[in-house]
Amino acid sequence: MMTELSVTASSIRITDVTQDGDILTFAITSQKLNSSGGVCVFRTYEDFDWLQQNLFSQENVPGLQGVIFPPLPPKVPSPLNTASKSLKQLGFLALGHDWQSYCKALEFYLQQVATHPILSQCKALDSFLTKSESPGKQRGRKGILNRLSQAVEGMRKESHKDVDDFFQKQRHKNTNLAALSKVATEKILDVVLTEQKLALACGHFSTCLHLCVNQDDEAAVAFSKICLKLSDIVEAVKRNFEKVANNNIATLGLGLDLEARYEEAEKEMLFRRTCKLIELETVKKNTEKTKANKRDVMEEIQKATEKEFSLISSVAKQEIERFHSSRVTVLRSFLVGWCEKQLDTAKECAKLYSQYLDTCKNLFSE
Amino acid sequence: QLEEDESTDQFELNVAVTNPEKMGDGMNAYMSYKVSTQTTLPMFRNKTFSVRRRFSDFLGLYEKLSAKHSLLGCIIPSPPQKSVVGMTKVKVGKEDSSSAEFVEKRRSALERYLQRVVAHPSLLQDPDVREFLERDELPRAVYTQTLSGPGLLKMINRASDAVNKKTIKMNESDNWFESKLQEVENEEQLLRKLHTAVDSLVNHRKELCSNTAVFSKSVAMLGSVEENSALSRALSQLAEVQDKMEQLHHQQAFSDFFILAELLADYVRLLGAVRCCFEQRMKAWQRLQEAQSTLQRKREAEAKLLWANKPDKLQQAKDDINEWESKVSQYERDFERVTCTVRKEVLRFDKEKTRDFKQHIVKYIESLLHTQHRLVKCWEAFLPEAKAIA
Repeated sequence: MMTELSVTASSIRITDVTQDGDILTFAITSQKLNSSGGVCVFRTYEDFDWLQQNLFSQENVPGLQGVIFPPLPPKVPSPLNTASKSLKQLGFLALGHDWQSYCKALEFYLQQVATHPILSQCKALDSFLTKSESPGKQRGRKGILNRLSQAVEGMRKESHKDVDDFFQKQRHKNTNLAALSKVATEKILDVVLTEQKLALACGHFSTCLHLCVNQDDEAAVAFSKICLKLSDIVEAVKRNFEKVANNNIATLGLGLDLEARYEEAEKEMLFRRTCKLIELETVKKNTEKTKANKRDVMEEIQKATEKEFSLISSVAKQEIERFHSSRVTVLRSFLVGWCEKQLDTAKECAKLYSQYLDTCKNLFSE
Repeated sequence: QLEEDESTDQFELNVAVTNPEKMGDGMNAYMSYKVSTQTTLPMFRNKTFSVRRRFSDFLGLYEKLSAKHSLLGCIIPSPPQKSVVGMTKVKVGKEDSSSAEFVEKRRSALERYLQRVVAHPSLLQDPDVREFLERDELPRAVYTQTLSGPGLLKMINRASDAVNKKTIKMNESDNWFESKLQEVENEEQLLRKLHTAVDSLVNHRKELCSNTAVFSKSVAMLGSVEENSALSRALSQLAEVQDKMEQLHHQQAFSDFFILAELLADYVRLLGAVRCCFEQRMKAWQRLQEAQSTLQRKREAEAKLLWANKPDKLQQAKDDINEWESKVSQYERDFERVTCTVRKEVLRFDKEKTRDFKQHIVKYIESLLHTQHRLVKCWEAFLPEAKAIA
């Protein structure tokens, strides 16, 4: 059912997350469109899933299969606190304190749905964002767009030749981008994990230096002072690594992860269209083969399928153009944000080291 | 490239070890190093001069110095250890970064070793040191010979292994020696821990290097398939920034190693040498004790002879007593001298250690700051590229 969203898309925020056993509950706030009031609701992942399923299974939306659905981040695996399992399943989104990256990704998801020309009109979205009771308990209908349907025959169908040059090119580009952005996300994850290891190693080194404190005699006291000074410096190195890693997580990492998942979403849409194409070609072949008495029926089916296919293709074209311009904007803002943050951190750190250098030179001159 | 580390301003002698060159080939090949000296000391023929030395020459010098000075309670700095693996790579002619790294590590270690030797006032006066620095051709050191007590050399060369503790009971007038030795042993353990911590830091940094390089490649690939030209350019710039950062990480790992890790490793070995000089003192004490008890026995023997009235053997007994009396007073003097030397050496060592660490920490912060400044430049260069995406 089509309704207009009653809150402004840009005001949607995930302001808090609480953990109760294995369940994460997210606090979602937004501003009312026609008044100055705000809304706050509490949702779990189940509710997000309900929303996504509802978006997939909308009826009477022409060419729905041509829509690039904003990707919903995967579910946090339970039990909640197994770091290695989270890392495996969520990749980048598992990092950051208190699920910050994960919340940001969910926030983007909601904003993308809310700004989508077709999807923002889904009633389920408005309910999700404004109704105080959570909708998650109602089991949504599993739409035809369930991801599992792409499993086995995927490989063969994916390489099916297209009838349209534009789409053939698009599928090829998308395959490259999807694969490469996934790899880039994995590689920056490795970088961040090493930075975190370095921070730990610094912490260990600094602790060891504290063990060197000894007040037995004058020489020992002097040596202890040196060790403590070095320990301060190593602590600064540690904090720098932590900040650098956090900057990577919050900006570039998040951005690359979003890009990779969005390319996957585009891939899924293109695949749906390809499947429709195959269906159409199969129907055409069958129509040619049927005996005259059944031909009318087959021709009706063929016409309907043709209509569906052309609707999907036209929605798909619009979606592709919309996606391509928005992704550049999104990547730009992530890259700029990342660079600015890292530059600030680097300058701060240089200042600190410079201060330490001066202090040490003064302290150490006899 | 490490600049020459200058020794203290008080000493008018600077020494550097540079220009490693491979001589000969096959399994007979060896590295020769240039040893350059700059000095105002009158005991040398010239003010600046240089010679070429090989690793075994450095070991030979150490053996000669140990033989002469360790018995006196001096702390003899130890040279870097032999490395069969490292040298074989060099001999075989493997021209890769790991053998270049090995040669640089060794060159730096030999330089630090020499600098510590010449910083020691008594060792500097030793003619063997002078010969090492000045003489054009040095006779090949055959270091399989044990020039001093066999146990001593073994102990010093394997200072990093746990040395068997010879607890010789000494009744001390003040417990300075006992508590100092304990302190030295504790510190050795602590420095080992620190060294392990720094080693781990160095390894992680190297890991960061390779991860950064891999990430850079993945970004470059992304940039090459990207259609939007400004985004594509930004991504290739990003890949270049990451490449620069990889270099910075590599250099910092290098600094971590040479400034901190090697310093700590050197001092672990030096503390081993300090422990050895305490052991020398204990040996001197033991010698004195044994001489005193021998003297006592000789006196008792004389008394017995007097009582048994055997005049012919009496002269022998009296001679024995004289011999051992002079030995006892010799050993007493030795012991006092060793005690005094050890005390002086330890105080000098503590001062040196503090000064050394201070110097290195300042150097380390300077390296951190240098890296950080270059990092800031990298980011500043990238920002306009990111902003130019449209």
